[in-house]
Amino acid sequence: MMKIEAIIQPSRFESVKDALLEIGIDGMTVTEVRGHGRQKGHTEVYRGREYTVDLLPKIKLELVLPDNLVNRAVETILKSAKTGKIGDGKIFLSRVDEAIRIRNEERGEGAL
Amino acid sequence: MKRMGILCCCILTLVLSALPIRSQQPPASSQVTSPAASAPSPDAAKAVAEKLNQLDQRVTAAQSNADNAWMLVSAALVLMMTGPGLALFYGGLVRHKNVLAIMMQSFALMALITVLWALVGYSLCFGGDGHWIGNFQFALLRGVGVTPNADYAATIPQLTFMVYQLMFAVITPALITGATAERMKFSGTLLFMTLWFLIVYAPMAHMVWGKGGFLNASLGGRFPTLDFAGGTVVHITSGVSALVCALYMGKRVGYPKQPMPPHSLVLSFIGACLLWVGWFGFNAGSALSSGGLASSAFVATHFGAAAAAMSWSAAEWLKNGRASALGAISGAVAGLVAITPAAGFVDPLSALGIGFVAGAFCYWMVTKFKAIFGYDDALDAFGVHGAGGTIGALLTGVCARMVINPIYGDGKAVGGFDGHWGQVGNQLVGILMAWVFAIVGTFVILKIVDAVTGVRVTEEQEIQGLDITLHGEEGYNLEA
Repeated sequence: MMKIEAIIQPSRFESVKDALLEIGIDGMTVTEVRGHGRQKGHTEVYRGREYTVDLLPKIKLELVLPDNLVNRAVETILKSAKTGKIGDGKIFLSRVDEAIRIRNEERGEGAL
Repeated sequence: MKRMGILCCCILTLVLSALPIRSQQPPASSQVTSPAASAPSPDAAKAVAEKLNQLDQRVTAAQSNADNAWMLVSAALVLMMTGPGLALFYGGLVRHKNVLAIMMQSFALMALITVLWALVGYSLCFGGDGHWIGNFQFALLRGVGVTPNADYAATIPQLTFMVYQLMFAVITPALITGATAERMKFSGTLLFMTLWFLIVYAPMAHMVWGKGGFLNASLGGRFPTLDFAGGTVVHITSGVSALVCALYMGKRVGYPKQPMPPHSLVLSFIGACLLWVGWFGFNAGSALSSGGLASSAFVATHFGAAAAAMSWSAAEWLKNGRASALGAISGAVAGLVAITPAAGFVDPLSALGIGFVAGAFCYWMVTKFKAIFGYDDALDAFGVHGAGGTIGALLTGVCARMVINPIYGDGKAVGGFDGHWGQVGNQLVGILMAWVFAIVGTFVILKIVDAVTGVRVTEEQEIQGLDITLHGEEGYNLEA
């Protein structure tokens, strides 16, 4: 089991979600987050006072998948989230030791 | 003049209609033309006189009703400037944790000043004919009824005049809350505003607008200051007092390092537009009648606002490369402030000129001047109202015209453009009085309030926000 954490542009979220659905992945957790990597923020001016807004809105997707689906899912996200500009986001992969479905306490990949 | 014209027409009609009555009279001795026969019979003359009298009363009543209708609407428009206008404008400019606190200050003043006005306020502003302040003639609104007060507005019930002037007394202290925003105690605000209204507003209003007032232009003032709708009384007093408050209270925690952007410019936008509309009641209503002078003030008001919105935006565009929404609405408010003293004295082109100057000047005051001196006038009550009011009052002396408002009598020069440059000196006296009164009065009042209730909230309260700590509520309950 692997966890995929993908931080993407809010504007790409719908197409990423649709593309993942198309390859049969229908479970995900989505959070609205703020942050920045190499992309710098922007400046806002209110009555002459300048504020640098360097934390920009992003969407974070979290998916936990069986190993055989991980590569396809990553490719799908890469393809659908890319605009080619700075600020497109990142994907992090990590191993997951266990998954438990709360309803029936099922464990392992069957719980996903 | 108009009234005279109507009266003349009525007399003419009456005389014409009276002629057939005479011809219908049976000729006493048909062939003989004696001098007695050509003279009107005493009965007919009496009937004509009675009819004339009735018509005169009806014309007066019709004019009174027309003026009263406009003045009641104007009073409502001016109240709308405080709530929701100013409440939304200021509410959007603060951080979301303080939105209710700032709105509540405006709303509380709508109630507080109204009660004070009924008790002594109206009387202190408009009672008697003293130089500095009114008397207790109208205390508890004694004698204030439907009969007009001929000194101020001869065609409308004094009740209307009283309630209209009340709305000015409500918004003036509310403007100060822009400087004390996000850090003043609610109890301190109430005490401060009560004292401020009695010690600063009432004398200034009487001096400029009251009969016999030191600065009154039409009712026997020593230094006749032209202030059509409150450039000195409303905007300089509140704006300068706001600066004193900002200096006395000190900066908000984290200012200027921590970002404090407006939490909702959408609210501010709606508020500014309501202010613009309400200002027609403020300025055109100050004609105290619904005739040509009201139209003149209405047009000047609109032109002043538009020109200032453009000049503030242009200045900003040149400086930052962009014109912001906040800049455009701030400019419009600055223009409305500056045109306030001038509204009933200047022609439309002068109004455009005053607006252009005010927009650029207030932009400079708010962005540069404030930054140089580093005071925390949170929502720029001084930068817009103090500065805009001062420049407006000064330019009124330059641009006032006798063709618009012959306040000194027919054919007598009013402002600089008429050749009466001495008026600029009079304006300076008025401006100086308003500044001195506001500075000294506000400082003394702040000392008193500090000793009684305290002025400023604690640092923890300020960080947590005034909505929760002072009012036990939140403006935006996202979990609900």
